[in-house]
Amino acid sequence: MNAVTFYGLCGAALVGLGLYGLIVNPQPLRKILSFNLVGSGVFLLFGVVARRGAALGMGGDPVPQALVITGIVVAFSATALAVALLLRLYDASGSASLAPPQPVKPPEA
Amino acid sequence: MSALPIAIPEMTTAGGFLLVLALMLPFLGVLAALVLGGRNAQRVAFLTIPSGLALVVAIAVEAVQSGGKLVYLLGGWVPPLGVALRADGLSMVMLLATALIILAVAIYARADFPIPAGADEARAPLMFWTLLLAVWGSLNLIFLAGDLFTLYVALELLTFAGVPLVCLDGRPETLQAALRYLVYALIGSVLYMLGAVLLYGAYGTLDIALLAQRVQPEPAAFVAAALMTAGLLAKTALFPLHLWLPPAHAGAPAAASAVLSALVVKGSWFLVVRLWFDVMPGVVTPAAAQLLGALGAAAILFGSIVALRQERLKLLVAYSTLAQIGYLFLMFPLAFDAAGNVLGHGAALTGGLLQAVSHATAKAAMFMAAGLIYAALGHDRIADLAGVGRAMPVTVLAFALAGLALMGVVPSGAYIAKKLMLEAADGSGQWWWTIVLQGGAAFTAGYVVLVLVSVLRRHSGAMPLVKPVSRLSELAALALAMSSLLLALAALGPVPGHLVSNLLAPKELGALLAVVLGGVLLALGISRRPLLGTERADTGANGGPLRRAALAAGVAFERVDIHARRWPVASMSLLCLALLFAALIVGGR
Repeated sequence: MNAVTFYGLCGAALVGLGLYGLIVNPQPLRKILSFNLVGSGVFLLFGVVARRGAALGMGGDPVPQALVITGIVVAFSATALAVALLLRLYDASGSASLAPPQPVKPPEA
Repeated sequence: MSALPIAIPEMTTAGGFLLVLALMLPFLGVLAALVLGGRNAQRVAFLTIPSGLALVVAIAVEAVQSGGKLVYLLGGWVPPLGVALRADGLSMVMLLATALIILAVAIYARADFPIPAGADEARAPLMFWTLLLAVWGSLNLIFLAGDLFTLYVALELLTFAGVPLVCLDGRPETLQAALRYLVYALIGSVLYMLGAVLLYGAYGTLDIALLAQRVQPEPAAFVAAALMTAGLLAKTALFPLHLWLPPAHAGAPAAASAVLSALVVKGSWFLVVRLWFDVMPGVVTPAAAQLLGALGAAAILFGSIVALRQERLKLLVAYSTLAQIGYLFLMFPLAFDAAGNVLGHGAALTGGLLQAVSHATAKAAMFMAAGLIYAALGHDRIADLAGVGRAMPVTVLAFALAGLALMGVVPSGAYIAKKLMLEAADGSGQWWWTIVLQGGAAFTAGYVVLVLVSVLRRHSGAMPLVKPVSRLSELAALALAMSSLLLALAALGPVPGHLVSNLLAPKELGALLAVVLGGVLLALGISRRPLLGTERADTGANGGPLRRAALAAGVAFERVDIHARRWPVASMSLLCLALLFAALIVGGR
């Protein structure tokens, strides 16, 4: 197994772990962290793509590296916005749950 | 006029700089509004929005004169190294519609988010006007961007601008709705990004025009198409990925709901259209398109029935949005001809676009009218709306006209859209979509009739209005509803004449009658309270067997909806849909 395949598999594993966390973790903060995990996996895959696409004599294709930096900025902003919302929600309601506030009332006929 | 047109590198066209201006103007407005502060945010918005509309009109004129397409290469660099902005017919229509709706929403919101009287600054108005401009700028970027990564950034900008609009009033419910919206949308965008990465890895470019030439039907493209489609569906809130939409759209202030429902969900829908018809028409398969159409049909069914079961007006309108999103996806199967080839410029595509624009205008008008009713009464309980028709005739007229426009009966824009899609269904031999198209209108009629009946009911005694509503806001809603109807006239040009030759033929009137009658029956059967009675405690126990069966069906649909909107179910549905799309793309060729 060469380095490119190894990093590719690591990226895939990160995406998988993150998706698992996003689905099963009920706490919003963990969901936000899981989203970051998926994001990191995608960025790592992009790095692998850059390495594979490198021309002779160059360390890597520079375009994906530029895109990854932009992507990290976007993911950072998303995380900041989500955490800010979470803090406001906790301040306003005293709980940080994503479950509907009053249990969804079963529809009566 | 070279013999090898493909070899000519793409160049900036005359008037291409207008595209850059259309992107910069809203974002300059955002910056100016933030810097100049709360007292000036509204003034900045009213300076930028009309000039932006003029700019978009100039772009359309320029494009028509120069043959339908404007291109601007940023910094003069040619893709794949550089980044291009492109405006084609599709983007032009969306740009125009967006600018018009943003202007109408701004006029409507003047009364709700005024320049603060005593204080230097108030948080909600400052944020509303800034975010309105930001939503508008992000949408323009989505319509103009020429490569998939810029589109990713635009999509995220749109989400970041839309999410805070949900929780402008800072109540815990809306904060929670906003957080659910944000996190779920983030899953969608990360899947989209993963698809983009795979495409770059396989083809070395993300430019749409270059990708269209290079993409081959092979595993990397299959996986990318499935991931990107599923991710975008999560952002568009197509059933069953709609967990965030009803609370977010119903909880936001009315002006914000209008923007979110009319425009923000169209952004990611537009991207699905770009992806399927411009980037990989050779990769997607008829089978995958049937799945998209089936999800659309399910959205119409669930959205409409659950809308009929709502007790609050704004939630009803939010569920109606869910149903109308379904309509937007019916164009995908219809864009394939009988031989399974994608038709990039057929009746289905025109019809879908017209549907999107007429839904955008009508739904914005509907949310505005609902917001006015809420503001005037201090509540929006559908059962207690008696007398509103007499107290606020203009608002009720706007709601009724918007409802007519959504139904797609004569003579609205959605009517022509439906005709175009029916023609496409006939042409490609897909009769089953004809049923969905015709039946959907009756469901729409159902919830419109439900609201109108309770609004027009006579109120005993004086009408207790807690707050007078602004006449200007009422007129803005009415103007949008009218423009949705008038789209029929505007569309007469490019539409084949035989579709609309005789609007008053007995056949057309008969169809209208059937739709309204079907709607009344549905409303009679499924609505929570009896349509015509005033008895509030009636739960249908003393209704006939038909009413009991319809009620039971309504309750069952509502249960399924609640279940589908639970987080684990919705996120598993997202992953399963991605897998299903991949399977249908691989297996369907």
